[in-house]
Amino acid sequence: MLKQRPTIRDHSAEANLFARRAFVGFVFVLGLVAVLITNLYNIQVKDHQDYQTRSNDNRIKVIPIAPNRGLIYDRNGVLLAENKPVYNLEVIPEEVDNLEKSLEQVSQLITITEQEKQDFLKDIKNTRRFKSQVLKARLDEADVATFSVNQHKFPGFSIEARLARYYPFGDTLTHALGYVAKLNRKELNKLEQEEQATNYRATHDIGKLGIEKYYEQLLHGQVGSQRVEVNNRGRVIRTLSMLPPQPGSDLVLTLDIGLQQIAQHALKDMRGAVVVMDAKDGGILALYSNPSYDPNLFVHGISSKNYKALLNPDRPLINRATQGRYAPASTIKPHMAILALEENMVTEGTTMWDPGFFQIQNVEHKWRDWKRWGHGHVDVYKAIEESCDTYFYDTAYRLGITKISNFMARFGFGDLSGIDIHEETTAILPSKEWKENRFKESWWRGDTISVGIGQGYWTATPIQIANATNILVNKGINHPPHLAQVAKKEDDVTQINNEEKPPVVLNNPDNWRIAIDAMHNTVTKVTGTAHKAFKGVNYDPAGKTGTAQVVSIAQGEKYDAKSLKERQRDNAIYVGFAPYNNPQIVVSIVVENNGGGSTVGAPIARQLMDYYFAANPVELARNNTL
Amino acid sequence: MTALHDKRSIWMRMHLDLPLLIAILLMMAGSITVVYSASGQESAMMIRHMTRMGVAIIAMVVLAQIPPATLKRLTIPMYCVGLLMLVGVLLFGVSSKGAQRWLDLGLTRFQPSELMKLAVPMMVAWYIGRKHLPPRPLHLIFGFAIVMLPTLLIKEQPDLGTSILIASSGIFVLFLSGLSWRLISFLSAAVALAAWPFWQYGMHAYQRQRVLTFLDPESDPLGSGYHIIQSKIAIGSGGVEGKGWLQGTQSQLEFLPERHTDFIFSVLSEEFGLFGVCILLSLYLFIIGRSLYIAVNAQDAFGKLLAGALTLTFFVYIFVNIGMVSGLLPVVGVPLPLISYGGTSMITLMAGFGIIMSIATDKRMLLK
Repeated sequence: MLKQRPTIRDHSAEANLFARRAFVGFVFVLGLVAVLITNLYNIQVKDHQDYQTRSNDNRIKVIPIAPNRGLIYDRNGVLLAENKPVYNLEVIPEEVDNLEKSLEQVSQLITITEQEKQDFLKDIKNTRRFKSQVLKARLDEADVATFSVNQHKFPGFSIEARLARYYPFGDTLTHALGYVAKLNRKELNKLEQEEQATNYRATHDIGKLGIEKYYEQLLHGQVGSQRVEVNNRGRVIRTLSMLPPQPGSDLVLTLDIGLQQIAQHALKDMRGAVVVMDAKDGGILALYSNPSYDPNLFVHGISSKNYKALLNPDRPLINRATQGRYAPASTIKPHMAILALEENMVTEGTTMWDPGFFQIQNVEHKWRDWKRWGHGHVDVYKAIEESCDTYFYDTAYRLGITKISNFMARFGFGDLSGIDIHEETTAILPSKEWKENRFKESWWRGDTISVGIGQGYWTATPIQIANATNILVNKGINHPPHLAQVAKKEDDVTQINNEEKPPVVLNNPDNWRIAIDAMHNTVTKVTGTAHKAFKGVNYDPAGKTGTAQVVSIAQGEKYDAKSLKERQRDNAIYVGFAPYNNPQIVVSIVVENNGGGSTVGAPIARQLMDYYFAANPVELARNNTL
Repeated sequence: MTALHDKRSIWMRMHLDLPLLIAILLMMAGSITVVYSASGQESAMMIRHMTRMGVAIIAMVVLAQIPPATLKRLTIPMYCVGLLMLVGVLLFGVSSKGAQRWLDLGLTRFQPSELMKLAVPMMVAWYIGRKHLPPRPLHLIFGFAIVMLPTLLIKEQPDLGTSILIASSGIFVLFLSGLSWRLISFLSAAVALAAWPFWQYGMHAYQRQRVLTFLDPESDPLGSGYHIIQSKIAIGSGGVEGKGWLQGTQSQLEFLPERHTDFIFSVLSEEFGLFGVCILLSLYLFIIGRSLYIAVNAQDAFGKLLAGALTLTFFVYIFVNIGMVSGLLPVVGVPLPLISYGGTSMITLMAGFGIIMSIATDKRMLLK
């Protein structure tokens, strides 16, 4: 077939040519293999460390584990804030054969709203199929039981538990305890600045208010971690090592839940606040502000409807005990008396005539006493017992604002009490400088007169009033108020808040006795303003009533509660302590727009003291609150 | 025949080259080991892999029985049928993963480019081998045409990897036939000049992306650079001794893509280290050396050129694959010969070795 070959082929020359080319080819192959090996040597030997590291970075992930938050107890060991498991129904989409059908069947057992279903379907679209997704959050016990029995029918569905804060006493403790809620962006930024962000990597909630916020660091604990091996889709294959988290410290508060409940019960639907303080160390036994609200609503994210309901004119979100600014009214008369005695404006025996009003020479204005016809001859005791206004108009006028202001500042007025919650105001202790800063106006001597009866520009918080009284009944010794007593971590107990502030020292320490005796008379004497309220008690109380005008009553007009709008009615104030000769507790009560200190304030103080001094306080509390 | 004679020629009578056969079977044992690890110890996949190996060995043995003279006669029909099928693929082929590479033959799907991997070097070897060596310029032009026609058709599918393999198999025939060095330098320069227009108009966007990624894989670590980065991490973290069989974290935890196919070399490097890599390359070099020895000793020009070209093409597979997974070359879909999981290409390769064995044993038969 191929006979047309032009010349005879030289086979050996062709074979040589081919052999040479094959040899060149083989050399070429060897050269390229050398290139490959050089490159592989660089990767596997020279850069081995680098690639080794990158390989480990690929496969090893560190998963943070949240520490358990410290628990909070009252002084008697009653649990006030606990961590309860919440049960979520979760689904791993990858493990479900027929999602649509399973969802259908599950909703026959547990009510799943259309919204929950839509949210879930949206969630699984945005995450990996092996990642567990919440279908229904916070199942109740019945749902948990129902599902558990049927668990085997739903591969890929499971009930997962997470610890969440729970406040068993609900709204009784809100303003003191505060609450935790979901950590937000702003808080995270702050944690980053404080270099605490790593510690919160697995944490869901953070203290937002009250004790929960103030002692956040103590309660939170230390994050733990788990080193795991993951595959390219992030699924955990196995755990390599684990560093367990350190739970937060438990806190024991000075609060007594029984007293707290009595305070709540006593205030009923009245707006106001109660502070009960341990006279011996400044520990707060009760701190209650009414109206209150359920802190548990906030833990799982409050609905906008519920939140709007809290923005009503009664302002439940305000902590009246530490943020409410009230004219301290007559409750500061004992202090004022001490100042007058110290400054020798009056002596124990000095009397003055009270015609029912006070007047400055050449001024027409009359500063009225609450008793229109006056108290007659008044000495320092009677002035306090019967809460004579004229006596204190006069002394204040003579003392002048600077002396009053400097003296009252030593009792903590116009300053933060230092209580261990952040929600606190300094209120206003007026002074010349204050008025100039505030109103660009100089102080008038006439301004001082109403300051003498704790009104005018002067405002104070219930905690300040309690604190000032506590200093007085302790004859100058100053135990600042606090809520936390000890922090416990396993067997390690740390005392907190046991420091003392510098005492108030008088030139004549006997002046303490005069004020204290007068407060005792207020209760014991028939003419005393708190006599009626404490009739028949088996302990020895002392106190001072106060009734603060909310609006000024025009000259010549008479205060008539019925004719005034509710918000303009007087605030009732009471401050008291017991026992008289060895004070153990101090109470301070403010009730808004509800009449006088003797009729509204003092009876509440009595309920609290009855409980405190009762042989069996628990029994008493039950009878009182149920 | 005497017993002595029989003993010496038992492999020859079976038309098998024993050293080559042993080397290939060793490679296959290695393949089973590595694919087992790369597949995540999946037995179904292992059964499929071993079945294909069996089919490939049968293909080799069968091809080895066909004397070169018969192959020569089959060359033109094979080439023409292959060419027609390539046109057919472009017109009514079956698409998969964005490429149209298969013909649906009812019972099975067939990839004509696999046939052309053999038919092209055979055709060129036959055409050039008919004439004196070295070939004259006119013959060279025809030779080029024989190579380029199917190459372009395959590149259109698109299948850059296979078209490179087929082009090189044809060009190797021309090189081995004594293409003058002057022409080689001239053509190299021309290819270099043509590179720019080819880059602009001759490549698909995804192919260009592969090249860009190759030049700087870290520029897109989660996108197209991901494969190369993960592959280099696998190779590099293997070090000298490797992490041990089934212990490669890059492969076992699936960070490595295409583990059992194109990136099988990375699995091997990670688990057996540079040590394992050197053994693999030594075996490859032995196979290439042995095959070139067979080619040099082949009886006629057709046999020499065909065996030589098939051998050098075999090396192109190796170089492109290893270069690709170790970041020397862009990602081109070429499997690691005799190791990667994958049916058709292994069968074609083994058929190629069958042809080489046929050429090897043919000569000896004549010498008897």
